[in-house]
Amino acid sequence: MADTQRRPFFRRRKTCPFTGDGAPKIDYKDVKLLQRFVSERGKIMPSRITAVSAKKQRELATAIKRARNLALLPFIVR
Amino acid sequence: MPLYETVIIARQDVSTQQVETLTEQMSAFVTDGGGTIAKVEHWGLRNLAYKIKKNRKGHYVLLSIDSPAAAVKEMERNLLLHEDILRHMTLRVEELDENDSVMLQNRNARTSNRRDRDEDEKVAAPDVKAPVAAEAAAEEVPVAAEAVAEEAPAAEGEV
Repeated sequence: MADTQRRPFFRRRKTCPFTGDGAPKIDYKDVKLLQRFVSERGKIMPSRITAVSAKKQRELATAIKRARNLALLPFIVR
Repeated sequence: MPLYETVIIARQDVSTQQVETLTEQMSAFVTDGGGTIAKVEHWGLRNLAYKIKKNRKGHYVLLSIDSPAAAVKEMERNLLLHEDILRHMTLRVEELDENDSVMLQNRNARTSNRRDRDEDEKVAAPDVKAPVAAEAAAEEVPVAAEAVAEEAPAAEGEV
């Protein structure tokens, strides 16, 4: 608390949701998981917002693209 | 032999029985070529995220395959020729998952929840917890999305 008062614009860096124990495995079949990393328009969210590590972001991007090809995720949402 | 995973999407007008015979036909190409089918998963009729050849729905089938490449290639060629198949995707994987994939796990969880609720109603003791839990689960996803959206400007400022 004291820390946030001293530096009002400081926000603790979140950790990658796919690293560490009990982290979900990135799988193109897991639509529910992938949907959390896709915007309302169906675009892939940038990692600076979701805090996914660069390596996992690449993995995530291919998984989302695979799911799109199988019509599990939309390419665009109008 | 390399391991593969194939997802097949069949036309919506096709019956489930026909889908099963179709998958048998296709897996025959693999077994004839000296491979084995480790697992077949029928995800059933699902809504497509977008229309494919004027279909709004499709039957999804997942095959786990342990087979030489030539047999898989032959199967893929026949998948392309088949009219009832809208789309397919074959991936080489490092290991085959013996358990149900996420798709089936979710469905089973949902049906078991529903069964629990039915039983509760039968007992005629109105247990409010089960439906509330289901609602909470449904709300979880949009809330997470909002939280992420809120932090967007702050994160940009930081960078």
